[in-house]
Amino acid sequence: MAMSPIKEVTAQTTPMEFESAVSVRNISKNYGDVEALRDMSLEFPRGQLTSLLGPSGCGKTTLLKIIAGLLEPTSGQVEVNGKTVSGPGKDRAFVFQDFALLPWATVIRNVAFGLEMRGVAASEREAIAEKYIKEVGLAGFEQSYPHELSGGMRQRVGLARALAVDSDVLLMDEPFSAVDEQTRRKFQEDLLNLVQIENKTFIFVTHSIEEAVYVSDQIAILLPRPSRVSEIIRPSSFRDKGVDNIRRDPEYLDIVDNIWASLRGYVE
Amino acid sequence: MLNRALLLKLLSAVVLFGAWEIAGRIPVSFAFPTFLESMTALFEMTMNGMMFQAYSETLRPLAIGIAISAVLGIAIGLWVGLNSFFDWLFSPIFIVMQAAPLAALIPLLVLAYGIGLTSKVIVVCIMAMPVIVLNTSGAVRNTPESIKEMGQSFLASKTSILLRIVIPAASPVIFAGLRLGISAGFIGAILAELKITPTGVGDIITYSRSIADYPSMYAAIFSIILLAVLFLNLLEKIEKVLFKGNQRGYVSD
Repeated sequence: MAMSPIKEVTAQTTPMEFESAVSVRNISKNYGDVEALRDMSLEFPRGQLTSLLGPSGCGKTTLLKIIAGLLEPTSGQVEVNGKTVSGPGKDRAFVFQDFALLPWATVIRNVAFGLEMRGVAASEREAIAEKYIKEVGLAGFEQSYPHELSGGMRQRVGLARALAVDSDVLLMDEPFSAVDEQTRRKFQEDLLNLVQIENKTFIFVTHSIEEAVYVSDQIAILLPRPSRVSEIIRPSSFRDKGVDNIRRDPEYLDIVDNIWASLRGYVE
Repeated sequence: MLNRALLLKLLSAVVLFGAWEIAGRIPVSFAFPTFLESMTALFEMTMNGMMFQAYSETLRPLAIGIAISAVLGIAIGLWVGLNSFFDWLFSPIFIVMQAAPLAALIPLLVLAYGIGLTSKVIVVCIMAMPVIVLNTSGAVRNTPESIKEMGQSFLASKTSILLRIVIPAASPVIFAGLRLGISAGFIGAILAELKITPTGVGDIITYSRSIADYPSMYAAIFSIILLAVLFLNLLEKIEKVLFKGNQRGYVSD
């Protein structure tokens, strides 16, 4: 089987002992006759970043949207903090691949959107929004419109909007795929800091192997048709070595190679 | 930037009126007055109150028709755009309405609703409403899926998604439909006055033509076009105030 090289890596990792913030239990999703997800189960440890990685069509975005409550699973259930998900909720916030900003609203109104929908008073939500705009490095752009910002800055707005509602779980759907390579690297470093500072659980969908290995505490490899979890990898040794040293760490390089070896056969 | 735009507008007006003046002086037809003659007639008719009297007649069906078309048109458009059943039910009606040869249908309307205000309002509505409905429904249907999902995931209620996301996102196309619909409504108002009973501006046009007072006839036509242009400019201003960030297109562009 193509997936055999990964076994070696998982064998080295520490045994899993954690508290789950999000549990996915036996989720199946069918679109008519098409089976998008089949009987998928997955645990997402609290306070850590888990990547969903796989070739296109493997259902990673579908799974993320089911966790978000934007899609209804055909069967199975998702639990967030022990409560079964029946739709979008306060405990989860979403970062979109195409940013999904409101073009007619200023940065501060975009960032405050989630708070506004939760009925937070105008002065209070603006104060919170301002704080997170500063945190993502966009101070001074509060009154700008999205079209006046670069792609990277737009995604920072999307990130600030998700952080502003202070949810336990942050769902990120290929958040860096629409920004340029250099911005993406900066984002990845910032994301590692964010995971350390904010006590949140991150679920991160990506199709980039390097990105997944770089930012993740846990990587779930999904394989397509029908989608299933083929492997869970928990990199152990390079996380504490600093953002500059990860990319030349032998374990990092091994994991990247091994994942590619197992995915190669599924890429047309 | 604004001054440049204004300058270009003035320049195009000068070119147009200049061409009109020259064409009137050649003359291309003895029934075609010069620009200055027409303006003089317009000035006279304004001064002796004839214009105001005419517009008090014309504006009634026009204003009522446009108000109905805008409010009802946008409401039906939203409904049709959001619900595929109503789309199936109503869209064909408005497509037929838009394609119908209205002038030929006017006798039927007169038969049903008489020669009064009702018929004229209906003519304005038939001209104005279809494009407003079709633009609104099309725009609503094409709301980017991701910003609707964004609303859902940040816990916006259905009403909030409609009011805060779908309508603002659709507003440029809705306003484009309003612009087209309202200018068609102006045509409808004059058409009604020419075809049903000659009142207001339509009366000036018909009467001046019958006594070969062509400057007055063109003055009346000019005045209605001017009014339409002014009104459309006002509409554009309203749009800019309401949806400021829309001026530069979509974020996803």
